[in-house]
Amino acid sequence: MIVLQLIVVIALAPLMLGVINRTKAIIAGRRGQPLLQLYYDVAKLLRRGSVLSKSTTLVFLAGPAIALTAALLASLMLPLIGSSAPIAFTGDFILFVYVFALSRFFTTSAALDTGSAFEGMGAAREVTFACLAEPALLLGLLALARLAHSLTLSSLLTVSGPTWRTASAALVLIVASWVIVLLAENSRVPFDDPNTHLELTMIHEVMVLDHGGPAFGLVLYAGAVKLFVFGALVAAVVLPHPANTAAHAALNLAAVLVIGVFIGIVESAMGRLRLVRIPQLLITATLIAAFAVVLVLK
Amino acid sequence: MAGELLLLRNAQPARLADVPLLSIPLFRTAILDAVWNEWRVSTLFGREADGHVELVVVMANDGAGQLGIARTRLAGDEFLSLTPECPQLHLFEREIAEQYGIRMTGHPWMKRVRFQQPLRLGASVFEGAPVAGVTDFFRVEGEEVHEVAVGPVHAGVIEPGHFRFQCHGERVFHLEIALGYQHRGLERALIGGPQKKTPYYLETVAGDTTIGHMLAYCHAVEGLSGARVPARAQALRGIALELERLANHTGDLGALSGDVAFLPTASYCGRIRGDYLNLSAELCGSRFGRGLLRPGGVLFNLTDDRIATLIERLDNATRDAVESIALLWSTPTVTERFENTGVIEPELAEEIGMVGVAARACGRAIDVRHDFPTGVYRFANVPVMTAHYGDVNSRASVRWLELERSADFVREQLQALPATPVRATVPPLAADTLVASLTEGWRGEICHVAITGSDGTLSRYKITDPSFHNWFGLALALRDGEISDFPLCNKSFNLSYCGHDL
Repeated sequence: MIVLQLIVVIALAPLMLGVINRTKAIIAGRRGQPLLQLYYDVAKLLRRGSVLSKSTTLVFLAGPAIALTAALLASLMLPLIGSSAPIAFTGDFILFVYVFALSRFFTTSAALDTGSAFEGMGAAREVTFACLAEPALLLGLLALARLAHSLTLSSLLTVSGPTWRTASAALVLIVASWVIVLLAENSRVPFDDPNTHLELTMIHEVMVLDHGGPAFGLVLYAGAVKLFVFGALVAAVVLPHPANTAAHAALNLAAVLVIGVFIGIVESAMGRLRLVRIPQLLITATLIAAFAVVLVLK
Repeated sequence: MAGELLLLRNAQPARLADVPLLSIPLFRTAILDAVWNEWRVSTLFGREADGHVELVVVMANDGAGQLGIARTRLAGDEFLSLTPECPQLHLFEREIAEQYGIRMTGHPWMKRVRFQQPLRLGASVFEGAPVAGVTDFFRVEGEEVHEVAVGPVHAGVIEPGHFRFQCHGERVFHLEIALGYQHRGLERALIGGPQKKTPYYLETVAGDTTIGHMLAYCHAVEGLSGARVPARAQALRGIALELERLANHTGDLGALSGDVAFLPTASYCGRIRGDYLNLSAELCGSRFGRGLLRPGGVLFNLTDDRIATLIERLDNATRDAVESIALLWSTPTVTERFENTGVIEPELAEEIGMVGVAARACGRAIDVRHDFPTGVYRFANVPVMTAHYGDVNSRASVRWLELERSADFVREQLQALPATPVRATVPPLAADTLVASLTEGWRGEICHVAITGSDGTLSRYKITDPSFHNWFGLALALRDGEISDFPLCNKSFNLSYCGHDL
């Protein structure tokens, strides 16, 4: 089970970015890059050598490695294929949230390790915004835990099917809040611009400017897996959960790609927020999740 | 008022002997008086005459359409700086210090401008050899202040320039811009001309303003030689200038949209800019208008059977541009990002002598095509477009408004092209004569001053690109702003590096 889900995630994660980019290209009237572009990019980067600054230490390389490991670990805690995840235990949803915090800690440390003004700036931004996104994610999980009367992520994420009839308001709020978190955590528009080349405006990308070759390949892959995990997280709340394992898996994966299309549409329809406005939107996400908690507790 | 200045129209020549040679105190008073009376400085530069350094000033009175010229001769290597009283001179004085080794006493910010070798050999007020980017940058000290250095190599395919930010978190206390990486020694190369290569130098003063600079040069040479340019050539020059404006304004609006990650307009405008460039290519075979303008007229005639297709293509491109740029104003996330970003107050814009789109965005109604019309603009009026808040949004909307006016202008001119030849012969240049020629390039006022020696060749050719006036405005627009807004502000000014560096 673990192996199967790992293979699915590793194989399909970069496809979601391909879907996003293709959607954006079509809306802009362009043909766009190939759907599988990220696979090519990563394959190319893994074959390359890399230059390490003399001022960096082991932390610099640990950043990308831990980021990818953490993202894959988190993906194994999701009920992607069957109705229960390969890794599941009571209270695992706390681990799910903080696995990403761990990865962030090492990504920002790797950024600070270079001593570059740009990267320090990016690390500061990343940490500031993550602090505000984290409560939204946790509060949403808390509301689901109350609905599911359970503390394992697998039951939290499969509770939504029958509860859509009884607690639809709370679920809508959770989805709304998590879509905002999804965009923020994965540095998408309106929070960040994954296409920009302007260092001064970047949040996430600016932290990995000094990574090259295989290390940068890992960074890209970790980003894709993280996006996939968040997509699957939102999808799990929205979707029914059929008992048939194959149907469950197919539905989940299709939903993730549909979310890719949705992100593409969002990115085509709006510009980026001013950096000072980002906390406001993230606090809004937290408040929405808090209202969901209030609704399920009443 | 301005009694000491010699009053001229745009591109009207004057014998050097007629340009008043004022004493230094009178020269200073003349400039300050004129600035007090709503004149502004178009250019101030040095030249060598009889072993002395002479300063020549060209002042512009936009309301009256008059240029005022005066000069003074320095006895030594010192000049009491005017910058404390007249900040718009600060970069001109630094330039004179660098080129002619004049010590500007009392200048508050005396640093190199382009890191160039002095034009007057052996004269330097700076220590050490000039190396681009090596200077004593202003630093804010303090525990929580950090410095961010960007460039001269940038992530995008743009020109080199070095930017130093003194920041407190995301807030910018101060931005210092160091240029000079593109210095090619143009002004020195033009001395002794016009030669065969001179037009090529002028077309590449700033590669994106080929027509603008070339038009200023043509008017200067025609002024000095008394050549009469046929009407059809003048109309074609106007068309080329406006096509250049159309292409660049469209490209800028698309790039602004791209900088706030709003994709539709960014993608469409990239394509439409190409459509406008292709119209220039239709005129002369070059998308940037190279080889079209020459003193005396234009080198390519537009045959009447191609006019209808040109108008159709212009209308198609303009319709697309209008539709896709309209998306910008109807998308709240974009306007929210544009508004109140990089604000320049109108008083500040006037004080530091900003010109062109950036100045009109602050409500300054100055436009060479309207105030100092030459060529076809004497007969066809192009309305001056202004906005009032001096922010990125205003600079974008001025471009948008001008784009529509320019398209109208090109269409009208194409529909009524005079049936005359397109080139006249150019007599030799008059000796010991000065001419100041202004044109409104797409960025703003381009000022060329040509001075001939006793043999009728150019003894000094001064080029002032609008960027030279406006770079300081960009630095001030960032004060107390956010560092993440810099790329957007920079794009909204979109100044030339090579036009500044010469």
